[in-house]
Amino acid sequence: MSSASARGHVGRGTVSRWSLRILGLGFLALLLAAPLVIIFFETFKDGISAPLDAITSENGMHALKLSLLMVAIAVPLNTVFGVVCAILLVRHKWKGNAVIDSVINLPFALSPIVIGLALYLLYSTNGGWFGPTLAGMGLEVLFSVPGMVLASIFVSLPFVVRETVPVLQEIGTEQEQAASTLGADAWQTFRRVTLPAIRWGVAYGVVLTTARVLGEFGAVTIVSGSISGETETLPIFVQKQFDAFNEPGAYGASLLLALLALMTLLAMNLLKRKEDA
Amino acid sequence: MGISVEGANKSFGDFQALDDVSIEVPDGSLTALLGPSGSGKSTLLRAIAGLEDLDSGHVLIDGQDVSKKPTQKREVGFVFQHYAAFKHMTVFENVGFGLKIRKWDKAKITARVHELLDLVQLPGLADRYPSQLSGGQRQRMALARALAVEPQVLLLDEPFGALDAKVRKDLRTWLRRLHEEMHVTTIFVTHDQEEAMDVAGQLVVMNDGRVEQSGTADELYEQPANEFVMSFVGEVNRLGDAFVRPHDMEVVLDADERTEQGLVQRIVALGFEIRVEFVLADGTEVWAQLTRNELQRLELREGQIAYLRPAQAKSFNGSSPSQDPGASTPRGLEDEGDVGKPAAV
Repeated sequence: MSSASARGHVGRGTVSRWSLRILGLGFLALLLAAPLVIIFFETFKDGISAPLDAITSENGMHALKLSLLMVAIAVPLNTVFGVVCAILLVRHKWKGNAVIDSVINLPFALSPIVIGLALYLLYSTNGGWFGPTLAGMGLEVLFSVPGMVLASIFVSLPFVVRETVPVLQEIGTEQEQAASTLGADAWQTFRRVTLPAIRWGVAYGVVLTTARVLGEFGAVTIVSGSISGETETLPIFVQKQFDAFNEPGAYGASLLLALLALMTLLAMNLLKRKEDA
Repeated sequence: MGISVEGANKSFGDFQALDDVSIEVPDGSLTALLGPSGSGKSTLLRAIAGLEDLDSGHVLIDGQDVSKKPTQKREVGFVFQHYAAFKHMTVFENVGFGLKIRKWDKAKITARVHELLDLVQLPGLADRYPSQLSGGQRQRMALARALAVEPQVLLLDEPFGALDAKVRKDLRTWLRRLHEEMHVTTIFVTHDQEEAMDVAGQLVVMNDGRVEQSGTADELYEQPANEFVMSFVGEVNRLGDAFVRPHDMEVVLDADERTEQGLVQRIVALGFEIRVEFVLADGTEVWAQLTRNELQRLELREGQIAYLRPAQAKSFNGSSPSQDPGASTPRGLEDEGDVGKPAAV
């Protein structure tokens, strides 16, 4: 009797577990996988040459390079800023921390279009706050790379901070204090104790930042002016191809974007696996 | 290297953690800072290490004022209650950390680390990670790490607080032996008076951010400076204004003018030692410590009436303690011997 009821109990557990799994997987399949799969099929519907041509066209390659340049500048800057900011927030108690903490979330709260417009107002040579002065110094921010970098940094600013703060809180200060009693100065303590302890939080923040910078459309569109072959990033290129009814080109570039984001995720997982082994 | 702290003050917001604290720790001694939680003992230890900045006052190590020196230049070994192991490093890397910071060469580090792992009885565990060690092993690793750099002084903050009773006892015996071998000036913080008396030669009793008394375990037990020390170091009963140790409570079956009547409420046998709990007529609860033989001779039972006579009592009546005309009181603070008849029942 008792063993039968125990089996029955296990059976019910298995049933509910499987129904939960199916629900979760179904949700993922419908909302995440299906769109990606469709893009994949649409891209190669009429052969590989059309999407390939679009990507390898002069404008396509320029867009790819520009997108990677955005990543190369914005991600390191936001990583350093994010780690420093997280340490200030967690380790140095100060009255202004609460304000900083909420201001950092602004880029998440604001629509990218609003961010783009705000930057436009600041740096416009025609009546912006900083624009005319900077133009006088020979630096054009709007409709060129500096403005796009600013927009990319702005929209992706919170990721590293948000991922690092909880890990810093979690590890506490005792290990750092122990390092200082053993003769380590502030930099040695950071490099040998703090940074290794928070590295996966930072890495996750870096991956999210990279994905966000690669995919940023709204803010960058406004400040870049979307000049083909000059200030066009991959997402803008996709939109232009789509508007020009070159669907294979649009899908091909989209697929490339998705692949780049996937590769950063994969790179982090590989690093982590290598370390755990 | 002796340590002294002079006029240390520290507050956290409204809370005064250290209130004009001065202590003197002789070179090569093993000293316990003893007190209840919130008494300021950990703050004092952390101030000596430089992990806490004093609001005012000085810390001297080997006669040198180190108050302005940052922690990493004070050459103190510090052991934390929760080990503070570097989780991403192996035992070897943990113990060798301070040597690596001091840029020792690899062969020398290897030799020194293995020597220390032998000393703390963790040979063969060099390649483990802290998460693969038991609590006691982690704390011994932390101790090896602190000792590796040959600190001038060793500071231990409730080092056995997170360990279970058996490991705790083993480790404190082991710490005492280690200190006998190494002779490095050591201060350790504890709230456990038995642990303090077991391990340390010198005790500093703290309460409310102040030093109440310092001395050897015997001095504190026999000549407590005040009520707090008397009740914190060792067990105590209170009879009116008088304090009586449970082993100084004589239990008799016949009343005389110096006895007080009590109802035996509970008899607890703790091996050879018996704890007899009484309720006095005024409701005060006291207990007497008897031996098994005494209990058998008296044939005490729970629920019966017996009489208590303090063989020795102390009272701390403000600044003018009642003096026993016959006895000489060396420190002038305590009143040994006859306390007369305790307050009326």
